[in-house]
Amino acid sequence: MKPTDIGVPDYFHKVVDCQWACPAHTPVPEYIRLIAAGRYGDAYMVNWWSNVFPGILGRTCDRPCEPACRRGRVEERNTEKAEPVAICRLKRVAADYKEDIRGRLPKAPKHKNGRRVACVGAGPASLTVARDLAPLGYKVTVFDQDPRAGGMIWSQIPRFRLPMEVIDEEVDYILGLDVEFRGGTRIDSLKQLMAEGYDAIFIGCGAPRGRDLDVPGRQEAAANIHVGIDWLSSVSFGHVASIGKRVIVLGGGNTAMDCCRTSRRLGGDDVKVIVRSGFEEMKASPWEKEDAMHEGIPILNYLVPKAFIHENGRLTGMTFEKVRAEYDAKGRRKLIPTGEPDQHFECDDVLVAVGQENAFPWIERDAGIEFDQWGMPVVDKATLQSTVPNVFFGGDAAFGPKNIIWAVAHGHDAAVSIDKLLNGEDVHERPAPGVSLVSQKMGIHEWSYDNDVSLANRYQVPWRDQKLTLKDIKVEVELGFDQKSGFAEAQRCLNCDVQTVFTGKLCIECDACVDICPMDCITFTENAEEADLRKRLNAPATDTSQDLYVSDALKTGRIMAKDEDVCLHCGLCAERCPTGAWDMQKFLLQMTHAGPACRTPARKAA
Amino acid sequence: MTYLAKPKLHHPTLAKNQIGYTRRDYEGAISTLCAGCGHDSISAAIVQACWELDIEPHRVAKLSGIGCSSKTPTYFLGNSHGFNSVHGRMPSVVTGANLANRELIYLGVSGDGDSASIGIGQFAHCMRRGVNMLYIVENNGVYGLTKGQFSATADKGSKSKRGVTNTDEPVDMIGLALMLGATFVARSFSGDKKQLVPLIRAAIEHRGAAFIDVISPCVAFNNHPGSTKSYEFVRQHNEAVNRLDFIEGRSEITADYAPGEIVEVTQHDGSVLRLRKLAPDYDPTNRVKVMNYLQERAAEGEVVTGLLYIKPDSADLHQYLNTVDTPLNQLAERDLCPGSVMLERINAALR
Repeated sequence: MKPTDIGVPDYFHKVVDCQWACPAHTPVPEYIRLIAAGRYGDAYMVNWWSNVFPGILGRTCDRPCEPACRRGRVEERNTEKAEPVAICRLKRVAADYKEDIRGRLPKAPKHKNGRRVACVGAGPASLTVARDLAPLGYKVTVFDQDPRAGGMIWSQIPRFRLPMEVIDEEVDYILGLDVEFRGGTRIDSLKQLMAEGYDAIFIGCGAPRGRDLDVPGRQEAAANIHVGIDWLSSVSFGHVASIGKRVIVLGGGNTAMDCCRTSRRLGGDDVKVIVRSGFEEMKASPWEKEDAMHEGIPILNYLVPKAFIHENGRLTGMTFEKVRAEYDAKGRRKLIPTGEPDQHFECDDVLVAVGQENAFPWIERDAGIEFDQWGMPVVDKATLQSTVPNVFFGGDAAFGPKNIIWAVAHGHDAAVSIDKLLNGEDVHERPAPGVSLVSQKMGIHEWSYDNDVSLANRYQVPWRDQKLTLKDIKVEVELGFDQKSGFAEAQRCLNCDVQTVFTGKLCIECDACVDICPMDCITFTENAEEADLRKRLNAPATDTSQDLYVSDALKTGRIMAKDEDVCLHCGLCAERCPTGAWDMQKFLLQMTHAGPACRTPARKAA
Repeated sequence: MTYLAKPKLHHPTLAKNQIGYTRRDYEGAISTLCAGCGHDSISAAIVQACWELDIEPHRVAKLSGIGCSSKTPTYFLGNSHGFNSVHGRMPSVVTGANLANRELIYLGVSGDGDSASIGIGQFAHCMRRGVNMLYIVENNGVYGLTKGQFSATADKGSKSKRGVTNTDEPVDMIGLALMLGATFVARSFSGDKKQLVPLIRAAIEHRGAAFIDVISPCVAFNNHPGSTKSYEFVRQHNEAVNRLDFIEGRSEITADYAPGEIVEVTQHDGSVLRLRKLAPDYDPTNRVKVMNYLQERAAEGEVVTGLLYIKPDSADLHQYLNTVDTPLNQLAERDLCPGSVMLERINAALR
């Protein structure tokens, strides 16, 4: 293998699994250390710059970071249940216990730069664009059909998961940057909006159309069949305050979980979720399924809806065909009827949460925006630019339904594109991230991070008493960590951003690092091709998604090969190294957002 | 030296041996030696060897004297018996312990000061009596605990860290062990576990006095140019006569050999040591030739390593003394006192 080039930012970035997995690349270990230090405000600001909505995401994020978390792999076969660090809920700790941070927010400049940007939809993508551009002097106007800003954050996520105050606080931080919000203003024509002379338009209108289910009886029983996301927003608006006693929720995504749990609070005693697929393949996050089942909601799987049953124009139940999954040679799943008799479930109401679709009836097809065969706009993945150079898409509107953190990432990227475009630059030249690598050594055995690895298992976030939570839809279920358990959970973080940096020319090959490494990560051996090398290490390196860190040939002609997979970042290799060939260095990567830093250096100099 | 304990977490694929222990179960407390000390590598090699041999930790007694090396038994086999004796007196304590209980595995860990200076007499008698033990000298040629004076094994002409040249002849521990009748004599290097671990395994299984001289660089005081016990010097001058690759009935064959490349040594219990020859015509069972060869190579400035000498039909102190099979510490009064009837009979016979 060729020696690893640690100068490429991606190398150490990948070692920080959580940050690499986060669409917005939030420096997770950095803020977790700040939480452990009780510096909640600082931890909040690290998040705020990166993901804009720490309090909201700390309750609702899809947390792609957690399945990626090294702790989950490290605990395998070491504890009964291997679990990642509760990264998401630690974010909430920062938001819950921070001091007043309003003085640390950027200020909107008094003198604007004369550029006007319109954002369609006031969801997380648009608000991120506004947050990034307003402090630079752009005049940003955000339109939304609803009177409140926040988009799906408040209309679709139920209050028992996300209280209104949290939304208001974080949305107001953005609107407070002299961002104009025009609520209750529906944009019915893109051409008309374009004609208003905005320098750039950002479309972050979400995926507003819930998919319906067209099976017999749908029309006849329509009064008691509701499309999930519409029903959820009616609940948020206060238009709907009750539901029948027996409710069936169709669908296996997070919306279905919100629907069933909301039903439990609006009068549904017998609420069940019924999905076509197997329980394991459901799209909902595992913890959302758990939360639903914890509230006494069964999830029945492998049942394909066949018909709505009705009597005298009133819904009485549904029938389902029992199926099983079969996989073909290519691994594609097919649902095969088992031949068992159809199953019938009685119910008073049905909520259909079987998917969301994009809809752009307000974009004229001759506006210059190209659409693909599925009716989606043609959007560049990196720049988020449409076929009209100054029109950008982001969030669910760009590539279909995803989640808040992806919307934020799109918002950042689109803001960079808009800033570059309006400064006469090529939007395809993307700015490099800001990277630093600093030794953490303070003394012979002292590091500026706590390298004593906690052996604790994941701490459970406490819940409020179900007697209270099922009664009132506005009572938040999760209480969040208190400061003590927040600290203890933060200590579970392995500090993967504190990197093991190896300097071959200092190494005397004494084996001290090999002997001390608790995870057998380090091997000194003859060089070979990667596949061969992976088999010959002190512990087999079978996880090929994790890199090998390989040195140049050392004095004996051997190389140092370190498997990054389950490194604890405990720094014992560096403590045991007599020559300082190993050092623990903090790698901090921050994405470059819109502003002078995102523009090309040549222009900066000019 | 490290202040933190080694985290209990281990690699998810860490294997268990026949008796259900992982290698980590054979570790001891965290080492307080200097970072990079060769002794820590030897501790790791002992841990590995004991794990591979499926040894029950309570069947091992580790004994030592005084010095950096003699601190190390704390850092391995945390669940075994330990005895930290007076400076240089480890061999006497092992001899006594071994006589009292022949069933334990005795592991004596000593250093060049402990064995070649203050304890040289003890070392000599332990070897010539054939106490059934593994005697490891962690040899760095320097007094580390007192900041770097030459020890008795420092080579004549080698330089101290301060630049002073050693004028005294070194004590040749291997030569002494051979002369005094040790029946398993090996030399290895702390920086070469592939060589050291099989040697420790074979030595533990050997009956009689097994001696391994492990050159173990002192990073703090003897790892500079001019030293003959530094990592670099030993790597450059290391002449291995053989590789111990295989112990029959214990591990798998690791390579195929052409005929003539292998020396097989059958031991007292029928087990076979399979040695891959690196020096042609080297016969590790011929003591006189071995002694000559070592003198010749030493004159050339080479550090000869490997299994240097083995006596296949070795015996030990218990055999020489013709003791009973039952460990002496298990013999009760009933076994030891023949009783008054027997006494009468004996007395009658002598009248």
